[in-house]
Amino acid sequence: MTQPSALVEAKTPFRFYTSFVLQKATGLRAATLPQLVALLRKVPDGCIYYHTHYFLLTHHYLTPEPPNDFAYWVTGVLGEERLGELLAGIDIMEHSALQSLREALVGTIEDYLSSTPTATLRFASEGEEFFFVKSVRIVMPTSHEASTLVEFAEALSRVSIHSLYFHVFDARLRVGRPTNDFAIWLDEHLGLKDLAEHVANLDPYAHTLETLRSLVLSLVKQELDRQGTTHAKPG
Amino acid sequence: MPSLVDYAPIVGDSTIEELRGLGKRMAGQRVAMVNSTRVGGGVAEILDRMVPLLEELGLRVRWEVVEGSEPFYRVTKAFHNALHGKQEAIAPEMFQLFLDVGRQNAERLVLDDDIVFIHDPQPITLVEQRRPGQTSRWIWRCHVDVSRPHQGVWKFLQPFILKFDAAVYSSSAFAQQMPMEQVLIAPSIDPLSDKNRDLAPEEIDAILKRLGIPRDRPIITQVSRFDYLKDPLGVIEAFRRVRKSIKCRLVLAGGPASDDPEGEEVLNRAREAAKGNPDIHLLMLPPNSNIEINALQRTSAVVVQKSIREGFGLTVSEALWKARPVVASAVGGIPLQVKHRYSGLLVHSVEGAAYAIKQLLSNPDYAKRLGENGREHVRQNFLLTRHLRDYLLMFLTLGVAEEMVYLNGH
Repeated sequence: MTQPSALVEAKTPFRFYTSFVLQKATGLRAATLPQLVALLRKVPDGCIYYHTHYFLLTHHYLTPEPPNDFAYWVTGVLGEERLGELLAGIDIMEHSALQSLREALVGTIEDYLSSTPTATLRFASEGEEFFFVKSVRIVMPTSHEASTLVEFAEALSRVSIHSLYFHVFDARLRVGRPTNDFAIWLDEHLGLKDLAEHVANLDPYAHTLETLRSLVLSLVKQELDRQGTTHAKPG
Repeated sequence: MPSLVDYAPIVGDSTIEELRGLGKRMAGQRVAMVNSTRVGGGVAEILDRMVPLLEELGLRVRWEVVEGSEPFYRVTKAFHNALHGKQEAIAPEMFQLFLDVGRQNAERLVLDDDIVFIHDPQPITLVEQRRPGQTSRWIWRCHVDVSRPHQGVWKFLQPFILKFDAAVYSSSAFAQQMPMEQVLIAPSIDPLSDKNRDLAPEEIDAILKRLGIPRDRPIITQVSRFDYLKDPLGVIEAFRRVRKSIKCRLVLAGGPASDDPEGEEVLNRAREAAKGNPDIHLLMLPPNSNIEINALQRTSAVVVQKSIREGFGLTVSEALWKARPVVASAVGGIPLQVKHRYSGLLVHSVEGAAYAIKQLLSNPDYAKRLGENGREHVRQNFLLTRHLRDYLLMFLTLGVAEEMVYLNGH
């Protein structure tokens, strides 16, 4: 195999997709922690996805970034700050399947209830219950496609944050391992293993989506500079 | 009327491109929007902007309005209040009048479009003309908080609601347990409308001067009609508590609410409560005072929305879009717009409101950060373009049971 270069053309171009979430009501609500945990066991995967992932897309630009919906409700409405911290501390990136994430949430709440039985007495007043929402994810191809690293940088600078979200956050749920679509393509189709590793290791939860875009672009630019190729300026 | 491209500087080119991508997949589809009025009220305001944008995206949209007499609208107003949970005496003849007017409208309005989108209860009986084998898909858009509806009215409407393919609510708290698809779509504000567009400082100065509001002290504002459910008396009481330690002014700006017999009473009580206090300004603004409201919101140190019940409370999004710090009750759709301590402060009482207002007036950096966060929150979630996208997504996925839907290349 020849040395990778910015001008190497991938046999399979990277097609940028974008994704949206349509929210659907389930009519299910919890006013107490025992109710929350009982519903958490049986709601569809789309509910787990919505309350642990979608909140990122709706709040990622807030400073500081709020925790996931469960942690926010447990802290803000029930006043169980310690449990709120435990739920906020669940590393969503560690879970490449919604089932394991569901188990982590259920386990955390159950352990807490065993050690703090008085927490079962907390309840939300009418209207402030936890309302379970189900997400329907809709994926659509964009017109952006890249065969070279230069084209990749160009397209990445133009796609929406929904596209970025789809390729970075949603990716591990599709591929079942802690990586993202960009890293996989850079590795498998352009042979840029080091760059791929750097991109895979970025912690998406530590940055806003726009910052994440800048970080990936800056890593790509460094690679292009290393290869001595002029980086096409994003328009 | 603005076109899609006019929104690009606000939401980004990629968002407009995505809307066009979704629109292509719905091109040529016929949509009938049906509500009860072409002017006045939030629904008409949104449709007025939404219909041309859907057409620009290639859909064939017609906007129809049901016709009714004065007594019919008195009935629908009573229904509206009852659905909000207010105790209303609904006589049997009121239900009959509602059905009769519905039948007259059905004779006039033949709805065989690909999508028939009925807004609120007034035109709901039109769904009776639906026949087996017809390909039209029917959607009921409920703009009202029906979390605790008057059971008599709800039970009367339910058989009609169940004939639709889907119901759309503004908040998950409003949805009922029903066998049909229940979609959640929040309403939106238009950043290019007179109520929300940028204003030059000179424009703001001139408007405030005209309204007689001095700008010598921080201004606290609530924009709402004079209605018990908006709690103007609670706002005055909260202001009195704040005013003990911080020099500031209160502006309560609202419409005359002539169709609400209680409105006059509430206004009189507010006047009484404000009597002798030169720092409280009650403004009765005529309908369509959009630029005035825009200027008042932009000039406020804190915007308050201390409602007791609320359909959605878009005045909160209006204030947040202007990066104003907001203190608002945790009711209706307000908690969707305000994440407590991130994009504003949520309160549950007069005391809580007073405390929160003081916090914001005393900590301008904190207030500024909440306001800036709020503006971004609105940019991402409560602008017309997001609303348009949600409608297109719903049209495209109606009846699809999967949690993941792939749209083919186009």
